[in-house]
Amino acid sequence: MNETKDTTGTDGGGMIEMNHVGKWYGEFQVLSNCSTSVNKGDVVVICGPSGSGKSTLIKVINGLEPFQEGTITFNGVSVGDRTTNLSKLRSQIGMVFQNFELFPHISIIENIKLAQMKVLGREDDEARNRSMELLERVGLSDQRDKFPAQLSGGQQQRVAIARGLAMDPIAMLFDEPTSALDPEMINEVLDVMTELANDGMTMMVVSHEMGFAKRVADRVIFMDEGYIVEDCSKDDFFGTPRGDRAQLFLSKILTH
Amino acid sequence: MAKMRGALRVGLSVAVLLGLTGCAGDFRYNWNWSILACTSENIDAGCIGPYFFWILEGLSWTIAVASAAWVIAFPLGSVFGILRTFDKPILVVVPFVKSPIYFRTRAIGTSKGIIWVNVAWFLHGFANVYVTIFRNVPLLVQLFLWYFVFPELLSDEAGMWVKREMPLPEFWTAVVCLGLYSASRVAEQVRAGINSISRGQQYAAMAIGLTPVQVYRYVLLPVAFRIIIPPLTSDFLGVFKNSSLALTIGVLELTAMTRQIEEYSYQGFEAFTAATVLYIGVTAIVMVAMRVVEGRVRIPGMISLEAK
Repeated sequence: MNETKDTTGTDGGGMIEMNHVGKWYGEFQVLSNCSTSVNKGDVVVICGPSGSGKSTLIKVINGLEPFQEGTITFNGVSVGDRTTNLSKLRSQIGMVFQNFELFPHISIIENIKLAQMKVLGREDDEARNRSMELLERVGLSDQRDKFPAQLSGGQQQRVAIARGLAMDPIAMLFDEPTSALDPEMINEVLDVMTELANDGMTMMVVSHEMGFAKRVADRVIFMDEGYIVEDCSKDDFFGTPRGDRAQLFLSKILTH
Repeated sequence: MAKMRGALRVGLSVAVLLGLTGCAGDFRYNWNWSILACTSENIDAGCIGPYFFWILEGLSWTIAVASAAWVIAFPLGSVFGILRTFDKPILVVVPFVKSPIYFRTRAIGTSKGIIWVNVAWFLHGFANVYVTIFRNVPLLVQLFLWYFVFPELLSDEAGMWVKREMPLPEFWTAVVCLGLYSASRVAEQVRAGINSISRGQQYAAMAIGLTPVQVYRYVLLPVAFRIIIPPLTSDFLGVFKNSSLALTIGVLELTAMTRQIEEYSYQGFEAFTAATVLYIGVTAIVMVAMRVVEGRVRIPGMISLEAK
């Protein structure tokens, strides 16, 4: 579908392939030698202490942040290649942010319609119908004409998920989707995400919700100081994490 | 309580003003407000000149200079403000050129046999230079440069056209000068407005597949312009007030006319009072209009952007 050649050399056939990715902010190295592969339908939860590079790891996948070393391919398209049409690539990857990031000046339904019309070129009717469908799916169809600031955090985050899904993405990235929410709102968002995972969506989720990871994840990636320290199935991770660092992290996060 | 204190402050100010007027009385100044109402018809009735129409004419020149300058300043300033936020590279690859050496700067680089040019670096730099120059040179100096120096830099015919043959040379010089100067101020407001929007908004807009132009058009600018309405109002008012400098190159706007009335009639206090009231009146209308605009585009539920 795109002429851009696959420059990874090692074509593992995964939807997302990262090979020896390194990224620097000036002198500071945020990602070091990160390699992983995510297959279609996989749900991968990424955890680790703050500043370990989790958010950066998923931001380089859709090219929101540039990287300096290694290769990333998404669905066969090289992300780091200058000739890649990044806007087109990003439209195939839904992304949900910690602070929702709905566009404050347009209503809920306009938020969901915007990229459908401007990027996918859908007609107004079609975009509206698709938006209403998704709003119903996340249980917010009665809020369609409100503005983002009039909704609660949990509602805003569900709209953000609907906005991502409206582009009919083939994968979804979640950057700490529940970290900015009050405890009672976390579940309404996690429920939507669980449903999405059960429908077979390919997902990478940066999260500290270990309950969600246990229930939904196929794999868990544990990061520390820019390195991928553990990358294993969830049973292995919660059963017997290999590294001391991961054990320490788990003991801290699971005891309270 | 707060209200009482406010009333007290207003009361004191009025008292001080009245005191000053009282001082003016000590100069044995002959107040004669009727000169302002004089028209050419009632010259015989003891009036010296048609000052009423002079003031009206001055006012219309002031409005003309300021509005025309704003028509230049707003779009131009917006463009420069947007360019000043281009910190991410926009690479244009120059095709069919084999680069013999490998080099990399922020502006131009080569890699794998292709040369790329970072257009954003040049646009950004150009906007920076523009704003630095036009914002940091005093407006009066700029006005003299445009009026006296600029025509000399042109070819003989072009210079002569700008000086003489162009219709209303003083007016257009003032408009261009004031417009370019105000554009640099508008640019700073627009830049500040865009930069005040969280980086996450930009990420979110890019992540749903909008192109960089669409990110600005549909996400950043609509919010940025709402945020900067109050400071932009100040700049718009500034254009009206700064237009008074045009008198130095011979535009007969409100201040110039007022001075002329003083010279003819020696009734400067009345004339300048009238000018003051008119300046305040015009700017008040602008303020009210901008308030209305602000209220119209207010985003429901958003406290930080709400008027009042």
